[in-house]
Amino acid sequence: MSIPAFLIVSIIKSAVVIGLLLLAVAYSVWLERKVAGHIQNRWGPTRVGPFGLLQPIADGAKNFFKEDLIQPHVYKPLFIAAPVIALTLAITSISVVPFGNSLYIPETHIGHWLTIPEIDTPLQITDLNIGLLIILGITSMGVYGIALAGWASNNKYSLLGGLRAGAQMISYEVSLGLSLIPVLIKSESFSLRAIVESQRHLHWNVFYVPLGTVAFFTYLISAYAETNRTPFDLPEAESELVAGYHTEYSSMKFAMFFMAEYANMVTVACLATLLFFGGWMGPVFGPRILQMVLPIIWFCLKVFFFMFLYVWVRWTLPRFRYDQLMAFSWKFLLPVAVANIVVTSLIEALRS
Amino acid sequence: MLHLILFLFFGVICAAGAINLLAQSHPINSALSLIVVMASLAGEYLLLGAEFVAAVQVIVYAGAIMVLFVFVIMLLNAGTEEHTRGSRVAILLGVPGVLIGAVLVAWTLLYRSDISSVKIGSMYGGPYLIAQLLFRHFLLPFEITSVLILVAIMGAVVLASRPDAVAKRHHAEAPKAMPELVGTGKEH
Repeated sequence: MSIPAFLIVSIIKSAVVIGLLLLAVAYSVWLERKVAGHIQNRWGPTRVGPFGLLQPIADGAKNFFKEDLIQPHVYKPLFIAAPVIALTLAITSISVVPFGNSLYIPETHIGHWLTIPEIDTPLQITDLNIGLLIILGITSMGVYGIALAGWASNNKYSLLGGLRAGAQMISYEVSLGLSLIPVLIKSESFSLRAIVESQRHLHWNVFYVPLGTVAFFTYLISAYAETNRTPFDLPEAESELVAGYHTEYSSMKFAMFFMAEYANMVTVACLATLLFFGGWMGPVFGPRILQMVLPIIWFCLKVFFFMFLYVWVRWTLPRFRYDQLMAFSWKFLLPVAVANIVVTSLIEALRS
Repeated sequence: MLHLILFLFFGVICAAGAINLLAQSHPINSALSLIVVMASLAGEYLLLGAEFVAAVQVIVYAGAIMVLFVFVIMLLNAGTEEHTRGSRVAILLGVPGVLIGAVLVAWTLLYRSDISSVKIGSMYGGPYLIAQLLFRHFLLPFEITSVLILVAIMGAVVLASRPDAVAKRHHAEAPKAMPELVGTGKEH
C-alpha cells in the first residue's frame, strides 16, 4: 500500500472506530437505564423515540445546553484539563483493539474517472506487538483525570473521591496486570491479534480450566474496580461523598467524565472478549461478504454480553465498604493472581 | 524524516517539561510536568525501537510512581512553595557541574566523531530479548535486586506501622498521639 493510500485508510479507520465507540458509549447509557428499569420492575426510558431509543441524543443535547459553571474556588487550569485527560485517554485505548479478521474491498470503479484501488486491511486501527501493554499503560494514566478532578475542585468531598479513586485504581491495577500474565504465557505474545489467533477452534482461554477461568474472574473483578463501577464505585459513593470527584462539575464537563467511564467499560469488555473469549472467533460460513461480516457480529455480541453483565452486576450487588475494598484487592485478588501465574508457568514448563 | 521530526518533537516536549518542573511553584504542577517528561521519554524509547522499555516506562513511571507522587501531594494538601535565594551548595557544586557536563558533551560532539552513533530504530527492545537478558544472562543480579526491593518494602512497613504498636513491641512508653502529619498550607 502506498503512503497516501495508507494515510487515507488510517484516517478513515480512526474516524469510523471513534464514531462507533462514541455511539456505543451513548447507547450503553441507554442500555444501562433500560436494563436498570426492567430489573426494578419499571419501564426505563420510553418517551423519546421507539423504546426510548433516541434518549441518548436528548441527553446529549441537554448536557450541551446546560450552564457550564466554573466555581470561583476551583483551581481553573486543572479543573478544565481533568475531564479532557479522562476522556482522551479513555478513547485512545481503543486504537489497538482488533474488531475482526480483515476488510477486503476489491478494485471498484465509480463512473469513468474515479477508481478505488483494492483494499485489504486489518479491522483495527493499528496492530502493535506491544498492544496489550499499550492498553495497560493508558489505563494506568487514566487515574490522573479523576484524581486531578477531585483535587482541582477544592472541595472536601471531591478530594476524598479523588483520593479514593487514586488508591483504588493503583491497587486493582496490580491484580489486573498480574491476572493477564497466564494468558500471555499461553499465547506467547503481547499483540492482541496474535492472542486471538492462538484461541482458534474453541480453545478459548476461559475454557482452559482451572487456570484460564481463574485468570478470567480475577481480571473481571479487577476491571470492575478499575472502571469505578459498582460494587467498587466508592469514588462517587453518593451516600457519603455527594457525587465524589465530579461534585463540582456541570454540563459537558460532567458528561465527559461519564463518557470516559463508559468508554473505559467498552474497552474493558473488548479486552475480556479478546483475551478470554476468543475475540471474533465463531462459526463462519456462507458467501464472501458474510464471511467478512460474521466475525464482527460475533465480536459485537460478546462485547454486548459483557456490557450487559456490567449493568446486571450494578443493579444486583451492594457497594463495598472502603476497608473491605482494599483488603479484597491486596489480601485476596493479588495472592490468587500470583499463585495462578506460578501454577500456569509450572504447567507450561512441564509441557514443553 | 518522520522519525527525526517525531524525535525532535518529543525532545522539545521533554526539555520544556523539565524546565517547567523547576519553574512552577506549586508541587502539583511540578509533578504533572514530571509526568510529561516521563511520557515524552517513553516516546523517545519507542522511536529508538525499544518498545517494551517504552511501555514499561509509561506503566511504571508515568502510571504508577507518579500517581503516588500526586497522591501524596493531594493527601498532604501541600501549598505553594516559598522562593528562596538558592542554596550555596547548589551554586558551588551545580554551576561547575553543568559547565563540565556541557564542555564534555561539546568536546565529544566536535572531536570524537569516530564514536559510532545510535541510529533511530536500531536498538533492540522487544519483550523476547529483554526477557532473555533478565531471566537468562542476568538472572542473579535480577534476583538480588528483587530481594533488595523486598527489604526496602519491609523497612517501609516497619516505619509506617503505628508508633504505639512499635513502642509496645519494645516495651517502651507509647507516645501520647500520632505526630501531626497533615500540613496546614492554604489551598492553592
